[in-house]
Formats: sequence, structure tokens, C-alpha cells
Amino acid sequence: MKRGPITDALTAGAPAAGGSARDQVTTPSLAGGMSGVAAPVVPPIRRRRNVLLWASVAWMALVVALAAAASLLPLADYGAPIGFPRSAPSGELDLWLGLDNQGRSTLARLVHGAQVSLLIGVLAGVIATTIGTVLGLIAGYFRGAVETVIMFLTDALLAFPPLVLLLAISSILRPSFTTLLLGLTTLVIPSFVRIARAQTLNWASRDFVLAARNMGFGRLRIAFGEVLPNVVPTVLAFLPTVVAALIVAEGSLSFLGLGLPSPTPSWGGMIADGKDFLRADPQLILIPAAAIFLTIFALNQIGDHARARFDRTVQD
Amino acid sequence: MPRFAMTRLLRGVLVVLMVTFLVVLLMSLAPGSVAAVILGENATPEAIAQLESEMGLDRSVIVQWFSWVGDAVTGDLGTSPVTFQDVSTAIWERLPVTIEIALLALLISLAVSIPLATIAARRPDTAADRGINGLTSVFLSIPAFVAAPVLVYLLAVQTPIFPVTGWTPISEGLGENLRTAFLPALCVALIEIAAFQRILRADLGTTLREDYVEAARAKGMSGRYVLWRHAFRPSSFSLLTVAGISLGRLIGGTIIVEAFFSLPGLGQMVAGAINGRDIITVQGVVAFVAIVYVLLNTLVDVGYGMLDPRVRQAVAR
Repeated sequence: MKRGPITDALTAGAPAAGGSARDQVTTPSLAGGMSGVAAPVVPPIRRRRNVLLWASVAWMALVVALAAAASLLPLADYGAPIGFPRSAPSGELDLWLGLDNQGRSTLARLVHGAQVSLLIGVLAGVIATTIGTVLGLIAGYFRGAVETVIMFLTDALLAFPPLVLLLAISSILRPSFTTLLLGLTTLVIPSFVRIARAQTLNWASRDFVLAARNMGFGRLRIAFGEVLPNVVPTVLAFLPTVVAALIVAEGSLSFLGLGLPSPTPSWGGMIADGKDFLRADPQLILIPAAAIFLTIFALNQIGDHARARFDRTVQD
Repeated sequence: MPRFAMTRLLRGVLVVLMVTFLVVLLMSLAPGSVAAVILGENATPEAIAQLESEMGLDRSVIVQWFSWVGDAVTGDLGTSPVTFQDVSTAIWERLPVTIEIALLALLISLAVSIPLATIAARRPDTAADRGINGLTSVFLSIPAFVAAPVLVYLLAVQTPIFPVTGWTPISEGLGENLRTAFLPALCVALIEIAAFQRILRADLGTTLREDYVEAARAKGMSGRYVLWRHAFRPSSFSLLTVAGISLGRLIGGTIIVEAFFSLPGLGQMVAGAINGRDIITVQGVVAFVAIVYVLLNTLVDVGYGMLDPRVRQAVAR
């Protein structure tokens, strides 16, 4: 079955899963089951990327810094109106980007929304990376029945239509930070299991593993001490792309009104709030839209670069 | 039937069973019983308990699952307690809209991505290749919930080419119908365009470096002839697979555009049911979409194996 590891876990869900195509292009051998088909050789594109890459890093640094310092910044309360609804942007800091449909500061909501999006995206990404890597390592190194079970569960999870599953979860359990995190983490674990397993299979067949076995190391020690350190860089290289996809998924849920409950701001929710005023006040939509686009684009660029750099299946 | 096809189908059936079990499980996990939701806030505990036993909600999850699957096999997905409509009838009524959007999106994606990929693959590492790569990077970063309002603003509000929202059924004229379907389809197609372009670009690039392509060129065939006659077909397998998988994904993924453009499709049905806490409808649609999704993925796998013998061997191994 040919599919990008990330793609199916999220894209659908997040109609945007950034970078999904690239995954499918650069890691066909990782996707499992396709080993017999000629893998497209993609030479990593490096040159001329650097300006874009550094711009992306700078943007992410700005977003992270603003999100981290959100409550320290001299911004108005994101939940309380400070003027007439949909006031146009003007000089004062809180009015810089205008006010939303309830008269709340768009700038304050944008900054606090970044906090929510990033926190959920990064936390879910990191937890899923950890769990997925361990499961993939176990499946790939110990093989046998354990592998069969892990891979069946993984394939089964990948076979769910992601957004539909997320919707079902949030419709039944009241949306909260924990349920969102739980749902999103579960959705991306399979991608990491697949990547980690494919990498483990690759590394475990190398001579240094044989050498370690000859030296009498135990299987656990070889798996976690020898193989794991080689698997980690590749898996981590997928993290930015997955975080982008998770932010999109969270945004999609918020857009449908199934994100964190009001008044907690979220970029997807801001777009949903503004969509009835498209004709008269397009800035209500265009500002959060630009923020989401730039963030996803930056994360995808960083992810592309990280994979070209650390995903050895791209190069060898 | 070949063995690899059997394996795939069996796996598909198992996954569908798991999906339905999860759906039933989720329903039993819901805080506050479904019966309480149906009866409203003023219901007495006795009334809730009675409705629960009528609906069979007091049984164990496994028993509920068996009875749900039993009903579902006969096409009975229950009746919505909110709209009092039969869920499977409602699904069949709304399915054509969703399928039309998904197919149109697939068509747009293929129509745009194939030329883009061909241009890029024929001139690797030129400005054209890099430009197209940049364009698809941009497309990849536009989620549907961003694309929908922005495209509406540009193509319906600023320059009124398309209607802002709404749906004209196909019975009232194909042209009008396509006018209402185009923007929603384009919103979900953006990402697929990028995905398809990258896959085909990579495969074509690899094929064009093969010796037999070189040989064909050496014989004096034109670049265009070699591209379409020799290189295109062996490069299109991955694209076909991914396109098939996307179709399944699109059917479940149109929820956002359907909600935004108020199209009377499955997605809007789910969104409405979620807002109305109509769990029976949610359950039915989720199970239905999951089954379609798994079915399409399985068919793609099987079909791909039939087209390309190398895959059969890989699975059989």
C-alpha cells in the first residue's frame, strides 16, 4: 500500500496536511508493503532554498516567542470587548489589527490563539513521536507476533477517515484540551510507527548490530542502545511536518466549532467567527488566514529541509 | 481470486468491523446517556431508564455492537431522535452532493497537476521546475478552512464569478450546478494538486533517467513522443494509487467546505448532527464514511496489484 506515513493520518482530517505529498515522494520505501516497487529517486533540493528556510525559521521563532510571552505582553484581555465590534485597524497596539465581531482585540486573540495551536500541535506531535518510535522499534526489531499486532492496529488506525473520527470524538466527549490532545495524538501515532519500523528494519540489518550481538549485548540493549539512536534523527525530521498537520487539524475542528470552548481563541475559530462578515470586513478572515498560512508554510519548509538533511532514505 | 486480493479484502473487512465497534464504544462513552439527550433536560430518571432499555443501551457494549452490526447489514442505521428521519435514507439523499464535490475536486487536481508535473519533469532544476515546486509548496500550506473564505472573498465577493454559497441541484441545469460546485471543489483540490504534482514529478523524473528512455531518444524520437508514449505510463502508477486513496479521503474530507458553502451533503449532515447532539446520525454517517473509505483503499490496493506485478510479489512475500 503506497501512502505517505503522515498523509493518511492527518491530511484528510486536516484537509491540508502540509507536506503530505512530499512524504509520499521522498519516503516510498518507508511506507511499507511497497518494497518491490521501484522507489522514485528524489535528489534533495538544497540550493536557493536557504532564504526561504531562514525566513521560515524567523517566522516560527517570532510565533513561538509571541505565543510563549502571550500573557506577559501588554495586550488587552482576549475574552473581553474593548470597543465597537469589527472596528477597523488603527494606531493603538490593541487596535492594530482591528477588533473582531464581538469587539475583542484581534491582535490579542491572534497571539493567544497561536499559544493554543502551537501547544496542542507540539505536545501531540512529541507524545506521538515518543510512543510511535518505541512501538515501531519494538515491531521492527523484535518482529514476530508483536509486530503483527502492532502493524495491524497501525493499519487499522490509518484506515479511519481522520477528520470524521476526530469529529465523532469531539461530538461525543466535550471538547477540552485533554480530549483534543488525546484525539490528535492517537491520529498521528501510526505514521510514526511506520517510519520508525521501516528505519529499524533498515538499521537492524547492518554490521554494527551484528557486532553488538557478537559482543553479547542483550536484545533490549541493542534495540534501544544501538538501533534507536540511528532511528531518532529520521523520525524527528518528520516532526515539523506533523506539527503543521496537527495545527491544521486543530484549526479545522475549531472552524467547525468543535475546538476549545469559547472564549479561548483559536485561529480556526477566528476564521469561523469572521466568515459572516466577508463582504464588509474581510480583514476578520484575512488576518488569521495569513497567520495560519505562514505558519503551516514555514513548518513545511523546515520539515522539507529537515527530511532532506536527516532522512537518510532520501539520500542513500 | 488471487491470494493477495483475498488478504487485502479480509483486512478491509476486519478494519470495518473495528471501525463500527469503535463507533458503538464511543456512543457508550458519551457523558450523560443518549436517552437523556433525546428526552431533554426535564426528563425524569425513570423515563430515561425506560428509554435506555427500549433502545438497548443498558446492555453491554459487545451486545450493542452485535445488534448494531446486525441492523446495519440490513441497511438499518437507526432513526434520528432529532429529525425523526431514517438515517440510511438521509445518507442516500445526501450522498450524491458529496460524491459530486469529491469527483470534481479529483478532476481539477488531475487536470492541473499532470501538466505542472510534466513541465517540471522535462526541465529539471530550471526556473520552471523550482517555480512549480514553490507553487505546490504554497498549495500544500492552504487548509480548506483557509482556502474557502479566501477564495470566496476573491472569486465571489471581489469579482463575482461564482455564487458566495448555496447549492443548485443538477436537475436545475448542469451549468448552474457546476457554478455552485466549483469553488468548494477547488478548496479541497488545492492540496491534492500539490500532492499529485509532487508524486508524478518524482516518478517521471526517475523514469526519464532510465536507459530505455535514453535509447528511445537516441533513435531520434522527439522528446514529447518519448514522454507521452514511453515515460508517462510507467510513471503514472503511484499517481493512480494516490488518486484512488484521495477519493476516499475527499468523501470524508468535504465536511468543512460543505459547512462553509452550505451544501446539502454528508458533511453538512454530520456537522448539523453534532451541533444537535444527534449521536445516532453521527454514528451512522461515521460508520458509512469509514466503510466507503476502507472499501476504496482496498479496491485501490487490489487494482494496483493487478496492474503492477511487482506489488503482488511484494505482498505475497
